[in-house]
Amino acid sequence: MNFLRGLFGRRKEQPVAEVTPPPEEVSVGKGGAFLVGRASHVGKVRGRNEDMLFTLESTILQDEGYLPFGLFIVADGMGGHKGGQLASSLTTRVVADWIVREVYLPSLMGETQSAGQRPINEALIEAVVAANAAVHEAAPEAGTTVTCALLLGANAYIAHVGDSRAYLVNRTNIRRITRDHSLVDRLIELGQISPEEALTHPQRNVLYRAVGQAGTLEVDTYLQSMPSNSYLLLCSDGLWSVVSDQEIVKIISNAPSPQVACQRLIKAANEGGGEDNITAVLVNIRS
Amino acid sequence: MVTPGTRPLGKQQEQDEVTLSKGTLLQERYEIIRVIAIGGMSIVYQARDLRFSNVTKLCAIKEMVNNAPDPHLRELAVKNFEREANILATLSHPAIPKIFDYFSEANRSYLVMEFIEGQDLETVLNQNLDFLSERRVIEWAIQICDVLDYLHSYNPPIIYRDIKPSNVMLDKHERIMLVDFGIAKVFQSGQKGTMIGTEGYSPPEQYRGAAEPRGDLYALGATMHHLLTKRDPRLEPPFSFHERPIRSFNPQVSTGLEAIIMRALEYDVDKRFASAKEMKQAIMLLSSAAQGVAEVPATVAFEVRGEKGGIQPLWTFECEDEVRSSPAVVDGVLYVGSYDNNLWALDARTGEFIWKYPTGGGVASSPCVWRDLVIVGSEDRVLYAVFTHNGRISWTCPTQDRIRSSPRVAMEHVFFGSDDRHLYNVSARNGRVVWKFEAVGPIRSSPTIMEEIVYVGSQDHYVYALNIQDGSVKWKFRTNRPVLSSPTFFEGLVLIGSMDWNLYALDAKSGWAVWRCRTGGPITASIPAVDSSLGLAFVGSADGNMYAVNLRTGRVAWKYATEHQVGSSPALFEGAVYFGSVDGHVYSLDARSGELRWKYKTEGIVVSSPAVVDGVVYIGSTDHRVYALPA
Repeated sequence: MNFLRGLFGRRKEQPVAEVTPPPEEVSVGKGGAFLVGRASHVGKVRGRNEDMLFTLESTILQDEGYLPFGLFIVADGMGGHKGGQLASSLTTRVVADWIVREVYLPSLMGETQSAGQRPINEALIEAVVAANAAVHEAAPEAGTTVTCALLLGANAYIAHVGDSRAYLVNRTNIRRITRDHSLVDRLIELGQISPEEALTHPQRNVLYRAVGQAGTLEVDTYLQSMPSNSYLLLCSDGLWSVVSDQEIVKIISNAPSPQVACQRLIKAANEGGGEDNITAVLVNIRS
Repeated sequence: MVTPGTRPLGKQQEQDEVTLSKGTLLQERYEIIRVIAIGGMSIVYQARDLRFSNVTKLCAIKEMVNNAPDPHLRELAVKNFEREANILATLSHPAIPKIFDYFSEANRSYLVMEFIEGQDLETVLNQNLDFLSERRVIEWAIQICDVLDYLHSYNPPIIYRDIKPSNVMLDKHERIMLVDFGIAKVFQSGQKGTMIGTEGYSPPEQYRGAAEPRGDLYALGATMHHLLTKRDPRLEPPFSFHERPIRSFNPQVSTGLEAIIMRALEYDVDKRFASAKEMKQAIMLLSSAAQGVAEVPATVAFEVRGEKGGIQPLWTFECEDEVRSSPAVVDGVLYVGSYDNNLWALDARTGEFIWKYPTGGGVASSPCVWRDLVIVGSEDRVLYAVFTHNGRISWTCPTQDRIRSSPRVAMEHVFFGSDDRHLYNVSARNGRVVWKFEAVGPIRSSPTIMEEIVYVGSQDHYVYALNIQDGSVKWKFRTNRPVLSSPTFFEGLVLIGSMDWNLYALDAKSGWAVWRCRTGGPITASIPAVDSSLGLAFVGSADGNMYAVNLRTGRVAWKYATEHQVGSSPALFEGAVYFGSVDGHVYSLDARSGELRWKYKTEGIVVSSPAVVDGVVYIGSTDHRVYALPA
């Protein structure tokens, strides 16, 4: 992996306000489709954006009709110099590569519906474990969070490590799907501190689990069936620690498209101080 | 001493701080010999005190770098350091190293201490491939309690705050010493940015700034947990000791010691030992008991009812042959099939006979009730719909082979499989066939209908998803062996067991496997039950176990071993799971933990599945009886 370090060491820093025009609405079969927005921004304090995102949308032709397929990843790197950026970027690419090879490509060949095929959960866990090994080797002092969602029709399969988050959002409600691997989240669970105190706790940035750590990595997985016309939001702590849940719901439900919603979420986080990198991927499940 | 779990990220340049080289002279008195340990905030050296010129007097010198950016803060840190050093200098206990001197030079402060020949417990732990013996850990814990008792008895109490294996030194006589009195913390500047690694041993209340003597007991408990299990708490979720019982890693530890450690590790300080003295007494009592008796007996946390004079049936009813069918209880009436060819209707409250309907063969299928009809299949190849109020026939639907699949009703249609390899969709009003789907093998699995899709398994190894409108295949999933069991739908997942030993969770829309959980034998007929609040699915296997499987991950949460195959399907009622076993018992387990609540022995084998209604468990046995047991 030394060549990667060299590669990344030389790379020029780029402004990261990534803007993608909203895709045209597509409707295939009875399965419906996704509308996707994504944005990442360095924030107002940091010199470098160590957050990474990845999106892949597709439709899979099945024996009977189409099945919407999506792969969405957010990773938030940490560690000095350029290690954090390397960790999040490497993790995003290793996980995406693994899922495409182990889940997506076999589905094109119609090989998925048998006991011979890796179950989705196992593929997700193996993908993150592979990323863990790659980061540990390439950037031993660095680490990253990763929240990866595989959408299949209206079902979301999520693998998660760290304190980036996945939320289920509709017009009026927001519910967190993932559990943070942070010290403060455990303290909240035990009733030692309140969620408000957690936002200013001196050790709020301490994770007990991250991609890139030594030894075996425990990967959490979640299943979430998505109601029709709901949203799946993946974001880094640069968003959720600054913009309140209610504000997030308001921005999403008032925006004309997921892409505009993502840009407004980033703007809101920057207006709240922008102390950290901010990343949001928003998927609207139509059917 | 860089610990594996505490790896501060983004601040590593401070770790590279130059250490004093051999021969460096401090205060024209202390000659540095070597580095003993490097910590996050300090370096410990071995040095020689030159004032004793005729003998070699060794000492340990701890060096702390004062890197506060503001000169005022730097000065404050030095003052705090001197205050703490003064307190330490007054302590006198065999397990506390003596303080000889302290001084500050440039931006560094130094503490001169007694040099201890030995190893810290982290090193001891890492050098032992086997578990450390309970006896040794008990001896150390008693000594640590003793020194904590000494510190806590100061007014105000001195709280150590940092008990962990690397802070406990052990000499060759098995005597322990507490080193590193958190004094270095006065030089700690706030870490910025996300880091990996928690302290692992500290009590939860310490993180909201509350330090009190019982926090040291928690850290001692955490240290003992680590020593006995070899599971480093810095690599585990914080405060998760109760989820990782000591004896599950190291069964050689006595239940008595485990209980003491778990009490020290309570989140709630008031549930811990009141003092180090009390904890010491508890350990000593255990230790003396262990010398007299071989082992502290396990405490029986609950009484198992049912074996002798325990659980008693509310009623039993004797059919004329084996009852392998599972009862359905609706509006106070129990319906069940028997190998005596009859479909029976009994009063669910009293067990009194209401009516019976004779089919032309044994009834292994389980009845279902739709409006005023009770519907059941028979070995005589016919599906019967009988009026609930009088047991007279309403309609029949003949098939080409035995019916062992149990019918299900959805949207006024009955769905059931037959050994003639078809899944039938018939009108619930008159039994007329709407469509039938042909599989490659017999269908003994009972269908589940959800969102216009019919899910069913077949002996041909496949799980099928069929469109309810026309019976066309939406998807099919191939397992490695026949599928006799029946699917359960839960939030977009289809759960189904196969004779290939696995419980599968399939994506209901696509038929892709989401996870699989391998049991120790074929899953024959047991249908998964789901408790969404616990996030668990329950299923029985021919390996004799009832499994509780995490719905998110497919991992086994617990399993309970009966003495024979479990083909019965679990039923859930108020936090308990009920099922039968071929060993003849009806079991009730705590759904969360898998602990036995009670078991009841019938005279035959139990492959029937329980129905639990209003606190009563109804189940059949091959001893010909139907039992009503209090849940």
